[in-house]
Amino acid sequence: MSSSPDEDPPAPTEPERWRDLDMLLSRPGNLVDANFAPSPGLRDMLGSLVEVLVVGAGGLGCELLKDLALSGFKNLHVIDMDTIDVSNLNRQFLFRVQDVGKSKAEVAAKRVMERVSGVNIVPHFCRIEDKEIEFYSDFSIIVLGLDSIEARSYINSVACGFLEYDSDDKPIPETIKFMVDGGTEGFKGHARVIIPGTTPCFECNIWLFPPQVKFPLCTLAETPRTAAHCIEYAHLIKWNEVHPGKPFDADDAEHMQWIYSEALKRAELFGISGVTYSFTQGVVKNIIPAIASTNAIVSAACALEALKLMSGCSKTVSNYLTYNGIVGTHINVSEFVRDKDCLVCGPGTLIKLDASTTLSEFIKMLEEHPKLLMSRASVTHEGDNLYMQAPEVLEQMTRQNLGVPMFELLKGATRATVHVTGMAENNGKKKSSLRKLRVAFNGVEEASKMDESS
Amino acid sequence: MENTIVMCCIWFQCAYIPTQLKQTRRMRQKMLNLIKIKDKKKEQAASAAGKAPVKKQSAGELRLHKDISELNLPKSTSISFPNGKDDLMNFEIIVRPDEGYYLGGTFVFTFQVSPSYPHEPPKVKCKTKVYHPNIDLEGNVCLNILREDWKPVLNINTVIYGLNLLFTQPNDEDPLNHEAAAVLRDNPKMFEANVKRAMAGGYVGQHYFPRCA
Repeated sequence: MSSSPDEDPPAPTEPERWRDLDMLLSRPGNLVDANFAPSPGLRDMLGSLVEVLVVGAGGLGCELLKDLALSGFKNLHVIDMDTIDVSNLNRQFLFRVQDVGKSKAEVAAKRVMERVSGVNIVPHFCRIEDKEIEFYSDFSIIVLGLDSIEARSYINSVACGFLEYDSDDKPIPETIKFMVDGGTEGFKGHARVIIPGTTPCFECNIWLFPPQVKFPLCTLAETPRTAAHCIEYAHLIKWNEVHPGKPFDADDAEHMQWIYSEALKRAELFGISGVTYSFTQGVVKNIIPAIASTNAIVSAACALEALKLMSGCSKTVSNYLTYNGIVGTHINVSEFVRDKDCLVCGPGTLIKLDASTTLSEFIKMLEEHPKLLMSRASVTHEGDNLYMQAPEVLEQMTRQNLGVPMFELLKGATRATVHVTGMAENNGKKKSSLRKLRVAFNGVEEASKMDESS
Repeated sequence: MENTIVMCCIWFQCAYIPTQLKQTRRMRQKMLNLIKIKDKKKEQAASAAGKAPVKKQSAGELRLHKDISELNLPKSTSISFPNGKDDLMNFEIIVRPDEGYYLGGTFVFTFQVSPSYPHEPPKVKCKTKVYHPNIDLEGNVCLNILREDWKPVLNINTVIYGLNLLFTQPNDEDPLNHEAAAVLRDNPKMFEANVKRAMAGGYVGQHYFPRCA
């Protein structure tokens, strides 16, 4: 780009192709975001400056990549650890029979780039946990097309991990990592906008997700009544009995075939019908029925929210859209509220320490801190258990840390997030609590401020 | 260079690029500050590069940290962490029942806690081969709160109490080991003798049980 920021932006590229989108981005309106500055060059800026990460290249991911590419985003990355299965082809429209066995991310990226000129999509064929945390820092927005709570929770914690708060507990804008999360289950779906520090994060209302149905083991072993009972018996009990020490792999067709035939035998024994190979797969892998149109509707909503978030051309959903297509069509938007004490996106309590403050002095400070009044605190930092009050074995293993300065235990970081559990005062009553703390070191902070002003 | 400046705006202001479109001198000034911020970030990243990678602690791990630090173990029970003090997700519970049929025995349970805890219950297996109506010979444990009745308000302590209860009150109504359950129901004296034999190391029926008493 050769234009100077002082000049008017250049005329948009390919105006014919993008006429409708340009109209949306170049006109003022009453429903736009407060910071929206309409301009004919806005689409090109979105395309060149915003990097979008799409997590998942399955039913939602295929739709999302296509929708985002057609919404003016030109720098996309997609991450998915899965390979294409023949059963995906009915709805994951970017894939063909000859792609079976290949990486979903790689094929999806290639297909969209072939169809939408000017778009660059970088595929990542790996687990989300395999990427360094730094990888995620490059993206302005992360769009999620996932089917598991665990993966959502992980991305949420990474994205919220970048969030920093100022001394008034206000989120610092440049540290906000936007997220748009889509999900579907049969005829139902949701699209939600997560602005860490402003709207609830995934963890603030994880209780929204119903627990997975689990059958009692003794029912499976003794009194099966349904086809699913027979399948779970073969999966959870019979497999280990016959293959001790050999872990079951749901992606191994031979393993699945074995489970199916065992389940069938058991079903015959108890006079139960309904055990089929595909139902066996469904029960064992907890496959959620997928409907192409639900995916398309939810993805479209997500892509639109991403466009609105990045351009400000309209107000975003606030903040949780649910779609239900079972009886007629019902779409509803609910405004969920943040958990102000959320361990993942909340500001936590700011604690200032001297570089010489020891862990035991720190624990003493928590007892006296007016916002905490926490006694018997156990302390953990990014997976390091610095001190555990109980059980005795852990107390013994962590006791030697008590005399060590916190600055040293936090490996010389000038600021750190620390979590503590203990008995804290809540409405005059001592209650067992888990709290997030932002630790900052007095001397060190001042030194870096002096650097800035010089 | 100009490119870098604009990139910094995005970094800083994430959303709402348009405000940066008509650039004024004031904006430029602001942007220069942003470059500083970005440089500082880079420095931080560079200094972090030499260290061990940041480990993400899931909300589940934190909740487990709370559960563990508040454990109130019954006298019959102890806990160990085979992977050291920083891996709380995998631990062992050792139960030495102080009454009932299993008095004198030592039973080891492995706990595997997933990052989705407490949305998901811990996975518990009995490592010690035991003659018990509610524990099968592969170590599967039939305890309602480990499966169908698990609720996120329950915790590790509840599960440990549940395991203790299995030894003081074995239950023939929810059998995993069908034979043991039938003996307990029909002939408690023989059940008691079978338990003693199994714990001392010996055969009950066709199955050999290593000594655990």
